[in-house]
Amino acid sequence: MKAMNRRKFLKGSLLGGAAASVISKSKNADASASFGGYPDAMGVLVDLTRCVGCRSCEAACNKEQGLPAPAQSFDDLSVLDHERRTSEGAYTVVNQYEIPGQDHPLFRKIQCNHCNEPACLTSCFVNAYTKTPEGAVIYDPTVCVGCRTCMVACPFYIPAYSYSSVLNPVIKKCIFCYDTRLKFGRPPACVESCPREALTFGKRKDLIKIGNQRIKSHPDLYEDHIYGEKEVGGTSWMYLSSAPFDQVGFDTDLGTQPILSYVKEFLTVVPMVLTIWPALFAGFHLLATRKDKQKKEEKSEI
Amino acid sequence: MEHIQKYLYGAVLVSLLCFSPLQNFAVAGDGPDEVEIDSLAQLYEPVYFDHAMHEEVTDSNCAVCHHHTLGTQIEDENCIRCHAESSATDEIACQECHASNRFEADYLNKIDADNTLYHRDKVGLKAAYHIRCMNCHEEMGVANGCQDCHSRTDAGDKFFHSGSYTPPESDKPAGGGH
Repeated sequence: MKAMNRRKFLKGSLLGGAAASVISKSKNADASASFGGYPDAMGVLVDLTRCVGCRSCEAACNKEQGLPAPAQSFDDLSVLDHERRTSEGAYTVVNQYEIPGQDHPLFRKIQCNHCNEPACLTSCFVNAYTKTPEGAVIYDPTVCVGCRTCMVACPFYIPAYSYSSVLNPVIKKCIFCYDTRLKFGRPPACVESCPREALTFGKRKDLIKIGNQRIKSHPDLYEDHIYGEKEVGGTSWMYLSSAPFDQVGFDTDLGTQPILSYVKEFLTVVPMVLTIWPALFAGFHLLATRKDKQKKEEKSEI
Repeated sequence: MEHIQKYLYGAVLVSLLCFSPLQNFAVAGDGPDEVEIDSLAQLYEPVYFDHAMHEEVTDSNCAVCHHHTLGTQIEDENCIRCHAESSATDEIACQECHASNRFEADYLNKIDADNTLYHRDKVGLKAAYHIRCMNCHEEMGVANGCQDCHSRTDAGDKFFHSGSYTPPESDKPAGGGH
């Protein structure tokens, strides 16, 4: 009888587990029918053919976000000699790329790309991040515990960390000027400062049309691709380039799936493991030790 | 200064009406001698654009900068599709077509609401100047840096942390850590 009980118990728990995984699979299938971003999300189309590397956008960002004074003037173009990354003191930086066979270098402004389905948001266990309907990926620094998981999760290596803060280091990144501009329907400071409209601000869906139109009108000038239209599920900031994207510092191996979809299956198992496994193994333990207990009782009776 | 500019354009129009009964396009020399451009006037001093000199440089081909708006024959095949027969327009100055509020909600909504509009990707005023001026300057091999055309104001120096606002020398690498 005892053996039967154990077998039944095991069968039952296995069936339960299988059912749970089937249910979670079907839920996944629905979710992966792609969110595709908020319908009226705003975005920026960065046209590398127009950028001349003047760094006005960096200066505008510094002023708008009240960032600390830079180490060098913003009109000092010697900083372009080495590749830079975003930092706690600079939410956007311009880098220069020499293109083989072209007379002129290309310049690429980097900042948070404001993904439709942000990996930073998914990875944040205190839910500090929000993707707003306007398209911005913002975060609440008062909630941030400084774990830096989002820095690892971001496919573009954008979130920076305030290492200089001893007591309360937090994440620092571009927020699309959400608080001061975007939520009032105004373009971010960098866009407004750009002298050559290398940055075009508008509804994301319109920018894709504009990008395709530019490619169509000047097929010899542009690569036939809008970087960010589909990459990692689509981003609010997108790029046009006259050189192959891998020559101007873009990661062209990111694929079109949101980063979230790579971890979704695993993450749905986590609550199951946490709830079912303790009961399951406690059951195993009780069953396995039951004989011993009985034997002990029998011994003590003797 | 803006009214002077308008007066100048008025003068262009009047001269068009008076002196060209047989031709519907403007000719070089009708344009203003100088145009004050002050749309960036916070960070930079206004630019005094030598219109007369540029007429010479472009061999009086107004279309180099003014597209088809002066009735000049245009060469761009894409433009010719619609504008082969276009005559001179009422709007000639850059600012009359290229919006200074290119990315403000009012402008974006207006574009959004008009399904028939072809020129949806028309650059704003600031970009129209810079793209036209700088691309040509590069081709001609003439001065093309920011301050070759603009002298910066004190507010501009502050904005760029330059001039008297230049940060002190530091041995830290630019940009700092990530």
